[in-house]
Amino acid sequence: MKNGGLSGDAPLRVGGVERVTGTQRYAADLQFENVLHLKLVHLNCGHARIKSIDISDALKVAGVRGIVTTADLPQPVPRFGPTIMDWPLLAVNETKFFGEPVAVVAAETREEAQAGADAVKVDFEELPAVLSIDDALNPEMPLVREPELRPGDKFANTNIFKEWNLGHGNIEGAKSAFVLEHEYSFPMVTHFAIEPHVFIAAPDDDGVTIWSPNQHPFVLQKVVAATFKWPLSRVRIIAPDPGGGFGGKGWPLYEPLLTFLALKFKRPVRLLLTLEETFQNVRRASARAQVRSGFDNEGRLTFQEVSTDYLIGAYAAVAPRVVSKGCFVAGGPYICPRVKIRARAIMSHTTPSTAFRGFGTPQGSWGVESQLTEAAARLGIDPVEIRRRNLPKYREEFIPNTTPCDGNWHQVMDSAAEHIGWYAPLAKNRGRGMALGVKSSSTAASSQAMARLLFDGSVLILSGTSDMGQGARTVYTQLASHELGVANNRIRIVMGDTNVVPFDNSTSASRSTVFMGNAILSACSDLKSKFQQQLADELEISADEVVVEAGVVKIPGRNMTFAEALKLCLPTRGEIIGLGTYGNPPVEGHPLGAHPSFWEFNAVATELEVDPETGVVRLIKLVVVSDVGEALNPLQVEAQDEGSAIMGLGHSLMEHMVHDQHGRIVNLGALDYRIPTIKDIPLVLESVLIENGDGPGPMGSKGVGEGGLLSIAAAVGAAVNQAAGVSIRDLPLTAERIWRAIQEKRVNEKQSLPETVASR
Amino acid sequence: MIVAAGEAISIRVTVNGEVRSVKVLSHHTLLDVLRIQLGLTGTKECCLQGECGACTVILNGRAVDACLVFAVEADEGEVLTIEGLASEGRLDPLQTAFLEKGAVQCGFCIPGMLLSAKYLLKTNPHPTREEVQHGLAGNLCRCAGYYRFIEGVLAVAEATP
Repeated sequence: MKNGGLSGDAPLRVGGVERVTGTQRYAADLQFENVLHLKLVHLNCGHARIKSIDISDALKVAGVRGIVTTADLPQPVPRFGPTIMDWPLLAVNETKFFGEPVAVVAAETREEAQAGADAVKVDFEELPAVLSIDDALNPEMPLVREPELRPGDKFANTNIFKEWNLGHGNIEGAKSAFVLEHEYSFPMVTHFAIEPHVFIAAPDDDGVTIWSPNQHPFVLQKVVAATFKWPLSRVRIIAPDPGGGFGGKGWPLYEPLLTFLALKFKRPVRLLLTLEETFQNVRRASARAQVRSGFDNEGRLTFQEVSTDYLIGAYAAVAPRVVSKGCFVAGGPYICPRVKIRARAIMSHTTPSTAFRGFGTPQGSWGVESQLTEAAARLGIDPVEIRRRNLPKYREEFIPNTTPCDGNWHQVMDSAAEHIGWYAPLAKNRGRGMALGVKSSSTAASSQAMARLLFDGSVLILSGTSDMGQGARTVYTQLASHELGVANNRIRIVMGDTNVVPFDNSTSASRSTVFMGNAILSACSDLKSKFQQQLADELEISADEVVVEAGVVKIPGRNMTFAEALKLCLPTRGEIIGLGTYGNPPVEGHPLGAHPSFWEFNAVATELEVDPETGVVRLIKLVVVSDVGEALNPLQVEAQDEGSAIMGLGHSLMEHMVHDQHGRIVNLGALDYRIPTIKDIPLVLESVLIENGDGPGPMGSKGVGEGGLLSIAAAVGAAVNQAAGVSIRDLPLTAERIWRAIQEKRVNEKQSLPETVASR
Repeated sequence: MIVAAGEAISIRVTVNGEVRSVKVLSHHTLLDVLRIQLGLTGTKECCLQGECGACTVILNGRAVDACLVFAVEADEGEVLTIEGLASEGRLDPLQTAFLEKGAVQCGFCIPGMLLSAKYLLKTNPHPTREEVQHGLAGNLCRCAGYYRFIEGVLAVAEATP
């Protein structure tokens, strides 16, 4: 199989056999001696003042070894967070979201911990809950954050956490043939990784070891250490391969609390969240965007004004970064002379929002892309053509003073049009839609890797990336094999132990092939240079006389295997270790802290059918085309793009978390919160890769895996519009919403007909 | 048999061809027995309500959600879990097909998905695409390798005489 120019064939997934035979050890499968099981105690509402907690009955439950409430924590209660440290280990004075724990029970078994939690009596007063953007901006409603916790903050007496203002040019000066202005809403959705979250912490001398299926072990280490004001060296993170992350397993949740408990009980502690609790702890920020776009008579954008409010929830978590990165590309991948962007992170009494595949981008893309399609219709030009007129060419800037268009985006779009059969006639009740998505990749962040050549010539690659399904181990094996000439089956990728692997910023932003991939190539190259030098020193010859290539070491008059050559160095020089680093330097004053390393660019096109009597959408065909630079393992890249697109069908057509007036999520679980099943997929799905070798990664690769969902909602929305003649600006496009819109349209059409016709 | 709450009951289950005797409480599930008592952690735990299919095993020839089966119901029964799907170190054709089609991403749903597929092909050796979709409809995969599961199952069916 083709493998992006690397030597050898692209292997099947490394770790695949373990995954199909059940021997892969996920975090919940690990066994611990003497472990205490934990259960969180939370209230049956969102926002409440805690009056008192009675644990006397709970302490009598068999097997219960202790109960910790907020009063048992150090005072003031330690708070943690990756951006600001605002999230307390347990609720302080009041709960701020449904599921926020007020106490935690430790017992010998899970059942006993549950029984103990059921016996904890909490006296509380329910308070009005801020559940929507409208609630949050209503001065009659309570403040989510106490103003005294926000000294000097101009928004302290509001529910606005922070505001960003970006853009270029003055929109007031724009001369437009027409202006479109609409409001678009994006639902609150949850990651729903099939592996529920699990955390284990054990005392380790004066520190802690934490097992967590985490995407960013070094962020977790930093946050836990900062929470307790410890040096990093006291915190060891072991991150088993996550059973799906999608951003939801990126940022710390209960690891700081478990650290405190492990030290208090002097025993390992384990917390396994139920699926319902997972819903209560991770989600994407819902959003509402006001989009104004001006066009000239040829369909060129004259200005764009995008104001987006993101409902981020009760604590900041990583939401400020999500909002800032999302709004940076709020104008879409288009050249536009005047752009004004305002984004606000709004606090609410709901689950704190976190990173989720697409990282703030799908929320903005929905409106901007829908409006381009509407403008095309208004001008009577093709939706592909209007995009062509606004899309930058290779190396053309579309956001001033940062990374320009870094691929042939026109080719990506044209490929999507070709594969969907854009210009073919459409059957009745069918429609086609197309949309483009662009997302900033990683900015100022480094990755380091170590390559150890063991004495028998086999290789260990040490990397802080987490393989959560994207197949990082596979690609890293390919890269090390290519650079060192060692067979795939003699290379092992070691991940996820901060005491063992060198620093990696995170497994996020589709960065791991580019950043860690380059670091691994560089570590292997460093290993070869050191090997060459050490052998030259050992043999007292010039380094020029030693050649290390393709698994063979050549010295004058002799070719040796790696193992033979290592044997010569072993007694005095030990094994050979290479170190490699890849980073992206910070840029002062840049809204993201640095130029995006590359753009993740994608086109989605779909054909679907709407049943006008039920509003049910049947997906006929879906095409996702990604600008990947070079696919190092095409099978993995295609599968990820397919998965991303299908995940995006979730927020486009069916997924949304619903709260009742008490702030409770009423659709917890797989039946009431529908995610796409195998029956919801399009009849045909094509994942197409555009490879021009123009990325910063190994062999010209770029990061992939998020693109498919960036703009899919707008493609689906446009197709629904064409099929059923209705414009719906609130996601998800459920059958009910579509049906209602069709009914409204029928009533309006009837009313607008001449009386004689209407009365027939 | 009438037992008091909290009274341990002895059950005997044949798991992957091996007879195992364990003591359980009346509310324990087959999933508890497999994961906790027998240490067979290949069967995954997710929703515990029969919604996600992650804990699918084959009990007495039928695919079931192990979280919905009381342990006592499996007494004298025969269970096939993911650990028993490969025989004598050789992968089942479905396991191979899933790998070759690129169906495996994070892998967490795969044990349940494979056992649903195994049951499907046992009861319907030559399913249509729609029948495969119907047969796997109870197994959620958030990486959404759905096309590749279908392709894998159809490839195995095609190779079956």
